[in-house]
Amino acid sequence: MTTATEAAAGARLLAGWLRSNAPAGLAEHAYQHGQLPAAAVPTLVETANRAQLRGRGGGWFPTGKKLATVATNGAKAGGAYVIVNGAESEPAAAKDKLLLRVAPHLVLDGAELAAAAIGADQVTVCVHRGVGLLPRLQHAIAERAAARWGLGIVIDVQESPRWYVSSESTALARFVSGGPGKPRAVSAYRDGVNGKPTLVSNTETFAHLAMIARHGPDWFRQAGTAQSPGTWLVTLSGAVRRPGVYEMPVGVSAADVLRQAGGASEPWQAMLVGGYGGAWLPAGETMAVPLTPESKGVLGCGPGAGVVVGLPTGACGLAETVRAAGWLAAQNARQCGPCFNGAPAIVDDLARIVWGRDRQAYERARFRMAMVNKRGACAHPDGVVQLVNTALHVFSADVEQHLATGGCPGLSHRPVLYVPELPSAQEGWR
Amino acid sequence: MKKGNAVIGKLRVDMTECRGHGVCAEVAPELIALDEWGYPILADGGIPEWAAKHAKRAVTLCPRLALTISAMERQR
Repeated sequence: MTTATEAAAGARLLAGWLRSNAPAGLAEHAYQHGQLPAAAVPTLVETANRAQLRGRGGGWFPTGKKLATVATNGAKAGGAYVIVNGAESEPAAAKDKLLLRVAPHLVLDGAELAAAAIGADQVTVCVHRGVGLLPRLQHAIAERAAARWGLGIVIDVQESPRWYVSSESTALARFVSGGPGKPRAVSAYRDGVNGKPTLVSNTETFAHLAMIARHGPDWFRQAGTAQSPGTWLVTLSGAVRRPGVYEMPVGVSAADVLRQAGGASEPWQAMLVGGYGGAWLPAGETMAVPLTPESKGVLGCGPGAGVVVGLPTGACGLAETVRAAGWLAAQNARQCGPCFNGAPAIVDDLARIVWGRDRQAYERARFRMAMVNKRGACAHPDGVVQLVNTALHVFSADVEQHLATGGCPGLSHRPVLYVPELPSAQEGWR
Repeated sequence: MKKGNAVIGKLRVDMTECRGHGVCAEVAPELIALDEWGYPILADGGIPEWAAKHAKRAVTLCPRLALTISAMERQR
């Protein structure tokens, strides 16, 4: 979906690559970043803690803490495992695919360093089928082997199913173990690939780790906020002049990102932040609030997977939500009753509000959201709830109009949120 | 001896295993309710001593072995 990518001044992960927009071979990677800092391995956990690196996959969990947990569990269990989560299933996100395409060696460096630091001897990179990343990564891995680059960690690439929930950490660990790509109730940090405690982290997190190992925590903290240092990759789309992936310091607001992208193509009424399991926020003053994990108290949501979608004033946020939430709800793993019953029921309620003038559906949706939230093995139903719940708040005036008249002028607007085709039955869970 | 309010642990359900048979809510209604699809909603607090017998029976009778009693804080 990305049309423009831009490395702003101060870019770290994307610095240098985007003049050519071509993938970085190992020689170019070595020229840009220097040798892999093997000496950083023994103190990597402490370094990550001092850098206060947070995971960029959506949760913004402290990476050092996660590394320490898996290392401790791994020592008890007699080994650990590392999964690089490049199975980017957020339709409005493009950063992981971009990073794996232009800077694969930076990601792989980070994965090898993490593996060595936590006592893992194997790394699996998970990507989706049909995005062309498998052969590129295999090529990069072969380059490393030929040049004897790295720490001797075995790296392979696997194509995981395209279902939204298959990118969840326990689902990936189960898939790499040879099972179906469906979430489990047990944390991968304790019981992951073939029973080994497994570090599952986002592509971008590993790239930052590779930079921190080279330049140290103080360098990393020169960008970003005190609590969430560094840069992050934001995928900006919707009513934007130059949609694409932008690397910005953590602490920027939506307005800052939008400025970088040449401004809005139409005035915004609201924005979707974090991803399709993220939150709608009103445009206006909210756009000046920093999008950081620590702003969650103010905004009601964190930066999630680095997604910002601008909704133009002419569109209908409720109809957009029905499409996106329906897409999410249809991709449950059919495992947890509250999710596979509740999520589609909530979307159905919303549809009845949008098109059916059904006031009871409004009350029912609110009741069901409270009932379903946090009751799945993974956070999938919670994402659907957050999307629908924030839509009912942010578009509350539209709710009234729809219930009174059965529609709104925005219904004839061209769809804004990109909703991919659902995986077909042939996709399976393997 | 009278059973008190001291908490002995917390009920947890593995929702990936649960099929909504509803036996647990039948056996321990003071701790477990069912949602509109028949899946258990567990009481927020822990299991008080006075309800421990029912809780343990619910765990034993779950046809899917999806219900467990664990310590209040879950380890990562």
